[in-house]
Amino acid sequence: MTTKTSAYKHSLIPQNPGWLPRTFRFAAWLGWQIESNWADPFVFAIYSVIKPISSAAILVVMYSVITKGAFENPVFPYIYLGNAFYIYVGAIMAGISWAVIEDREHYRMLKYMYIAPLHYPTYLLGRGVARFLTGSISVFITIAFGVLFLNVPLNIYAADWGLFFVSLGLGVLMLGFMGLLLGSITMVIVNHVWFLGEAVAGALFLFSGAIFPLEVLPAWLRPVGYAMPLTYWLELMRRALIGDVARAFPTLAGFSNMELIGILLATTAVIGLAAFLTYRYCDYRARELGYIDRVTNY
Amino acid sequence: MATDTGVLTRRAIKVTGWRLFIMTVIGRSYPRVVGLLRERSWFFFDIFLPVLGVSSYVFVYRAIQAPEVYVGFVVMGGAMTAFWLNVLWSMGSQLYWEKESGNLGLYIMAPNSLMAILLGMALGGLFATLQRALVITIIGMLVFGVDFQVTSYLQLFAVFSLTMVALYGMGMMTSSIFLLLGREAWHISNLAQEPIYLASGFYFPLRSLNFWVAAGASIVPLSLGLDAMRQLVFPAGSFPPFLAVPTEIGILAVLSVVFLAGAKLLLDKMERLAIAEGRLTESRR
Repeated sequence: MTTKTSAYKHSLIPQNPGWLPRTFRFAAWLGWQIESNWADPFVFAIYSVIKPISSAAILVVMYSVITKGAFENPVFPYIYLGNAFYIYVGAIMAGISWAVIEDREHYRMLKYMYIAPLHYPTYLLGRGVARFLTGSISVFITIAFGVLFLNVPLNIYAADWGLFFVSLGLGVLMLGFMGLLLGSITMVIVNHVWFLGEAVAGALFLFSGAIFPLEVLPAWLRPVGYAMPLTYWLELMRRALIGDVARAFPTLAGFSNMELIGILLATTAVIGLAAFLTYRYCDYRARELGYIDRVTNY
Repeated sequence: MATDTGVLTRRAIKVTGWRLFIMTVIGRSYPRVVGLLRERSWFFFDIFLPVLGVSSYVFVYRAIQAPEVYVGFVVMGGAMTAFWLNVLWSMGSQLYWEKESGNLGLYIMAPNSLMAILLGMALGGLFATLQRALVITIIGMLVFGVDFQVTSYLQLFAVFSLTMVALYGMGMMTSSIFLLLGREAWHISNLAQEPIYLASGFYFPLRSLNFWVAAGASIVPLSLGLDAMRQLVFPAGSFPPFLAVPTEIGILAVLSVVFLAGAKLLLDKMERLAIAEGRLTESRR
């Protein structure tokens, strides 16, 4: 029993605090190599932007078919920016949980990581850095395209950059914790691990008001949206860049920026706690059941 | 010992030619069909994820007060994504997965044709995906109140059948290219989702795009198939069609022949090339 406890602590609490920055740094570097070294930089750059641009273009065509190109309507930047920032969700949250699948099933390195002097939760968060970088490039290009060609009313001199970077930082932290949560669950399930990140990202896309105001949802579904930190994060990102346009929608109009930051901070803390507790439990279960070196071929 | 050899020899001689071809088709389609019953939870995820996507796009149309017929477009497009994803991941990149799991070498060594294996995958995948697409459509009809008014069942059947033949023929053709690929295969399949949803008009009328863009996108059979099916199940005049239905049926018939013939030619060529270059058992992770 004593042995189990000490082995378990090895995973969540690092034996040496010096492991944390080193683990994070090398995980970020490894993640970048895995993401990018399958193609030359030019092909990789094209690959990184085509998918999100296409996703945005689908919404642009849908919108322009119905409104005959009325891009000055406030609903358009609402939809466009929500969709652009949602790229981070797929990149960071789903990306971190995907790292567990890659390490266990594809590269079959998870067992070696467990015996190496590193801190696995920090490693997973570090793997999200590469996804954050590629996601940021896609977000930047998507927004730049919207500003240059689709009249998205973003004035870089009027934008609240302080609010933007605070919100972005909190959002990335929140998504990192959500990724850790999903990654932990991935460690103890066999079936459908491939779908887990995609399913959660899809559900969040629907309920967080990313591409339509929450008022459009049936009344009985709206509370799901209000319970999600992502809803508040996207609202903050929109307010930071397009201020009054974002406030034109009644969903969260009653909240000030500081209140929204407070809600986001509190929910991020709750998700962070839940992520580490879940990791603690799933890590223990995975070790006990011998799942660390399992290859399912499912 | 002599008897054993005789039995083996007789069995090997019996199953050749077309019989072997058909048995291979049945054998490879069997796991895809029976898999539906063995692992029912797949069914949930294969329906749940497209329904989430469909719902999001439906609410976008509702947010911008689009006519209800556009909600029907999204439901139909969402149902057809199931076929595209099946072709991408379970046809196109299947040989890459088989290579990764070590089965590809066995496929090549076995005395059956790769064409029969791919055809079996296509038929099994089509059967399984058809059920998913039907369920997605029914959910769309019930939840979002989509109303389909079929004007010609015969034409609808012809369009759907030809679209599927051309689409799965295209999947068989591309799978041969994947024989030569390593982990690029995963990225290519991943890349061919949203851009195709855009170019093929999965969630809006194909004619909304520039004519030449739409014409270029018609190389993907689902583009013309979706446009023709929409013309047959939604009221005339509710959206601008790309081409007339008979023209689209003709083009789909041509695409079916071209893709199936292309699959046979490319498969033979790529199989030889992959053997010569030693790519069949290579695993570049």
